[in-house]
Amino acid sequence: MTPDKKISVKEILKNLDKYSPRRRGWTWRIPDPNYQYNGYHYSDVSQSLQQSVPLPAAKSFGNIDPQPLQVITTEIASGRFEDDIRRMRMAAWHGADHIMVIRTAGQSHFDGLIEGTPQGIGGVPITRKQVRAQRKALDLIEDEVGRPINYHSYVSGVAGPDIAVMFAEEGVNGAHQDPQYNVLYRNINMIRSFVDAAESKKIMAWADILQIDGAHNANATAVEAWKVMPELMVQHAINCLFSVKVGMKKENIALSTVPPTAAPAPDLKINLPYAVALRDFFDEYKMRAQMNTKYMESSTREATVTHVLNMMISKLTSADIQSTITPDEGRNVPWHMFNVEACDTAKQALVGMDGLKEMVTLKSDGLLPEKVRELKERAILFLEELLEVGGYFEAVEQGFFIDSGIYPERNGDGISRQQNGGIGAHTVYERDSDYFAPVTAHFGNNNIEQYHLSPLESPSSFIGGCTFEDRTKIQYIDELDPEDNVDKRMSENAKYRDLSVIKPEVEWLGDGVIVVDLTLPTSLRYAEAGALEIAKKMNLKEAEVIHREILHPSEATRIQLKGKIDFDIDINNLVLPKEPDLLTDQDIKTYVADHPVTIVAGTVGEDEHSVGLREIIDIKHGGIEKYGIHCIYLGTSVPIAKLVDAAIETNADAILMSTIISHDDIHYRNMKKTHDYAVEKGIRDHILLIAGGTQVTPETAVKNGADAGFGRGTKGSHVASFLIKHLKEKRQS
Amino acid sequence: MKTSMIRHDDYLSRKAHLEGLTDQQLKDYFWRLVDQAVTPLVDLAKTHTSPAIERSILLRMGFSSLEAKALVDKSIAYGLIKKGAGHVVTRYSLITNLSIREAGLKLIEIKDWSTISFGFGGKQS
Repeated sequence: MTPDKKISVKEILKNLDKYSPRRRGWTWRIPDPNYQYNGYHYSDVSQSLQQSVPLPAAKSFGNIDPQPLQVITTEIASGRFEDDIRRMRMAAWHGADHIMVIRTAGQSHFDGLIEGTPQGIGGVPITRKQVRAQRKALDLIEDEVGRPINYHSYVSGVAGPDIAVMFAEEGVNGAHQDPQYNVLYRNINMIRSFVDAAESKKIMAWADILQIDGAHNANATAVEAWKVMPELMVQHAINCLFSVKVGMKKENIALSTVPPTAAPAPDLKINLPYAVALRDFFDEYKMRAQMNTKYMESSTREATVTHVLNMMISKLTSADIQSTITPDEGRNVPWHMFNVEACDTAKQALVGMDGLKEMVTLKSDGLLPEKVRELKERAILFLEELLEVGGYFEAVEQGFFIDSGIYPERNGDGISRQQNGGIGAHTVYERDSDYFAPVTAHFGNNNIEQYHLSPLESPSSFIGGCTFEDRTKIQYIDELDPEDNVDKRMSENAKYRDLSVIKPEVEWLGDGVIVVDLTLPTSLRYAEAGALEIAKKMNLKEAEVIHREILHPSEATRIQLKGKIDFDIDINNLVLPKEPDLLTDQDIKTYVADHPVTIVAGTVGEDEHSVGLREIIDIKHGGIEKYGIHCIYLGTSVPIAKLVDAAIETNADAILMSTIISHDDIHYRNMKKTHDYAVEKGIRDHILLIAGGTQVTPETAVKNGADAGFGRGTKGSHVASFLIKHLKEKRQS
Repeated sequence: MKTSMIRHDDYLSRKAHLEGLTDQQLKDYFWRLVDQAVTPLVDLAKTHTSPAIERSILLRMGFSSLEAKALVDKSIAYGLIKKGAGHVVTRYSLITNLSIREAGLKLIEIKDWSTISFGFGGKQS
């Protein structure tokens, strides 16, 4: 696979029945304590990727892409796993190394494995074929970026042990497993859930799968999220210790913890003591820091700020895995670009806070330790009463969990489930004394003595090994549904796959969805109706408002809407602007050595931006000084007359004007003014006028009197090439 | 249906017995309580099984998800799930001298499970 070629889903689907995963188990990042660049020393980063997309600002820092210590999670599950594979590659290039696949709605209640590749709703049906295809794709992707990628989904519902076996066989690296999730949120019978969970966990332990619990769901479900904090500690503890007793290693058990509240509440005042209390009690376990979703609305900006605050808590306390939530999750099933944004947000925030704990210590007196103690005590009181009423099952019956009061306060609105109720009730059987299971990683009573087996060998030896020892025994099912499958879907959008015809997309190949962001000078309701009318006139199909923001109750409303276009574009018919024809560094140097060149430069108008122009000029950024060009830099907010006069005084060959502010086209008007003033002074024919800035389009710059315009991404060599070529022509003529 | 309790926050009076504990003692006490809550759940799991557990065993023995489901459903219908559905297949393979896989497929196919019921001491019909 090469960066300039798309990943071929067709190739991945070929010979899937023969595929074997290359490893089992979870992989952590490898710290790189010696990582430094250009005088920056990092304290908590991990080994770099071989290929990646760095943060946008990285171009001012030699394109470095420091990777945080934390494994970074992204959740990708659009309903079509084949398109998710492409998104996984995008996310990996932006730093994700833990890819979590959300299951389709209803899979929890499916009693058995789903097979084939049906399309999902709000997630993907997790099947052997789908898992195998995605793991195989991630093998290619991890080789491309140069870091192992952990693949993850869910071992829950009424088919937990079935799924655990399939995950162990297929090299899945991480999984959610928490029987309390079944009980509280999926109304699956509690006895069945715990009995199944023991087997699931035993299998996961064998496969070295990292376990993440389900306690974070309490936050999303509770009436006031922060009030469940004492109970959350209890939920974490029950799943942790149950897992240990079943045979899981503590280092493979991660708490899924969410800072429970969000601004405008005093975020850190509530979330930080909770984070500290949790890490005190659970210091032997791993922390998977999830982000708050409870208060997510349609504003992607607001969600991003919440998540950055969440990461400050991760940095002030600890996180082994930093999960990301796509900032669009409040309005739709996540889109490609938001997975990428969320990964970048995590990378940027975590790297930006590098070394925080070397400079900042949490206080050991005052509000923080008082609150920490209080939370721990409240959790203990919860446990005391849980035991008093007769244990976990009894407590669930009595509605202890997800009550909206902060325990021991109780508002009587907790989720109550019955021991003999829920899906899968009465499906648990007591094992007879001669119960036997001839497999590896089976939990509980197993009468191996009747077959004269030694406890030192796996019971599977009795049948010559099970699939865990001999994977040729795995029965692979390709498809069961002739209509609802990946081949059918791929034939329907084949036109767009790996060919020259393109269409915009947000989640599925060729979905045609675009977003229009507009501000209308009216109130909310009129703005919304007006925006939909505009969408109609733009010929957008299925237009829908996805975000509304009051800028002022009557002055203006911002609307974001999505809609579909029903046309596509063939890239073979596109006319691309010419790539700059560059001279070699040596050519430029040789010419300048023989024919000295002088330029004057400055940022014009009332504009204090200096970075861009300095990069074009300064020798240390690879600017044009390095070719021996004499640069006279006048600074920022330079009046146009001063710039031109300086060129006259120094007998310069060129003026480099930088113009960043583009409001009301001021940048183009300034180009025109400079051109006019140079004409007025009689030097325009003798001098080159070169304009640059992030909002400068070359063609428009030329229309406004410049000899050349340079936009975003310009390097010193581009400007120098242009300069020397034109000087050569000029001086020859 | 049990009703949920309503109670004002009595944290301050309720926690009196915890006040003298150091942070470490508090932590140790927390985990002792958790242990008491969890132990009966683990014991329950040791001595019980479920259709999902039995299917997971059959998957490991080399059956597909569809075959595993059919075998478990039949094991329940014949009252043999308490022996272990994998055990049923194993025992049948010993009785018939078929391979594990052949024995399982045969058990799915045949309507009369009396041979295997008998194999576990049941009455031959």
